[in-house]
Amino acid sequence: MKAPSFAYSKPATLAEVFDLLAHHGDGAKLLAGGQSLIPSLNMRLSSPSVLVDITGLPGLSGIVVDGDTVRIGALTTHAEIERSPEIARHLPLLAQAVKQIAHVAIRNVGTFGGSVAFADPAAEYPAVCVALDATFVLASQKGERRVPARQFFKGIYETELSRGEVLVAGEFKGIGVGYRSAFLELARRVGDYAIVGVAAHAQIAGGKLADVRLAFLGAGDRPILAGNAAAAVEGKVYGPAVVKAAQDALAKDLAPPADLYHSSATKLHLARVLTGRALTALGG
Amino acid sequence: MDHILQTSIILNGVSVTRAIPARQHLVDFLREEMGLTGSHVGCEHGVCGACTIRVDGKIVRGCLMLAVQANGCKVDTIEGLSDSGELADLQRAFHEHNALQCGFCTPGMLMAAQDLVGTRPQATRDEIRDHLSGNYCRCTGYHAIVDAVEEVLISRRGGKK
Repeated sequence: MKAPSFAYSKPATLAEVFDLLAHHGDGAKLLAGGQSLIPSLNMRLSSPSVLVDITGLPGLSGIVVDGDTVRIGALTTHAEIERSPEIARHLPLLAQAVKQIAHVAIRNVGTFGGSVAFADPAAEYPAVCVALDATFVLASQKGERRVPARQFFKGIYETELSRGEVLVAGEFKGIGVGYRSAFLELARRVGDYAIVGVAAHAQIAGGKLADVRLAFLGAGDRPILAGNAAAAVEGKVYGPAVVKAAQDALAKDLAPPADLYHSSATKLHLARVLTGRALTALGG
Repeated sequence: MDHILQTSIILNGVSVTRAIPARQHLVDFLREEMGLTGSHVGCEHGVCGACTIRVDGKIVRGCLMLAVQANGCKVDTIEGLSDSGELADLQRAFHEHNALQCGFCTPGMLMAAQDLVGTRPQATRDEIRDHLSGNYCRCTGYHAIVDAVEEVLISRRGGKK
């Protein structure tokens, strides 16, 4: 199908963006890479009165490492993250995840900030950001505020962003000594949204798993941090019994909604399988 | 607020300026306004890859970019790459390997293949499959397509496997 009619504006400053958002209210939609927004327009799932193209704004793109903080500008593309030696070194979980996002032609255009702000519960970045306890920088006419990823995602396509706010960056703490990461997802075809996936991160100290984080995608209305499964393996040496304990605890963390092809029970089973694989990758 | 915007692009090396409705995506502009019907419209939501074109040197989905977003950009289509000879060896290999049946996916497939051949000359068969995974061939002629791309990679490397 073809998109409905809308107006288009490409401001050169954030101040102009705030003015446009204030003037048009809910009728305005921000356009970054557009790799989720434009399909939704083409399918007429969305009908904004004006698109505000933010790709002309200076300073919102790029990856900056400052001490142990990695800041990713909202307009940084998936392809830039995929090719970044800084991301590979400091945020290997993100480096693994980005390869699973769609296909080359989409990764060339789609942006970090766009995916986070869109908040699809089956998308890769939200789960990675929750696993790594990232912080998002939100800007508005009133200034900037910082919101932890673990509080940012509110539901399907719902976030902490309020009217007039723009997500300008994500901030991460670089990987610490002895930490390992594993990002795994199951999809029907390469590049599809995941049926279920996990962003896993832990420290291996003296052979034991510590600071274990398992964040699931496609398993709820937002990325879900599996606290019970993580607690079941915390401080333990990796082994079959420990993996089973985490898998059994998962039922207390997840109640995945069924989709067209997979029941809730199937999704929970697949999450258990991924938990086993992830813990093997981390501690095996 | 503008619903129609004056937009300038360098299309296959030629400067073009048109007043374009904001809602028109790039591949519709190319096909309907410029008569460049080599880029195909398949799914119109970024899944099939039939509309793959090059913007500022990078392959993109022509259905997931508004034509007005390409203002100031260099846009290259299958017609441009074919006329310049950039794709000649890939086209020949597709022909020789019977790597097209109905031909609907072929322009997008060639654009994606050229991106791989140009950026990753050492790519393996698995990497070819991964790179082309965003381009669907509903005749399911994938094996021959991978054969053709592999042959070109090898020949551009000087014949070494």
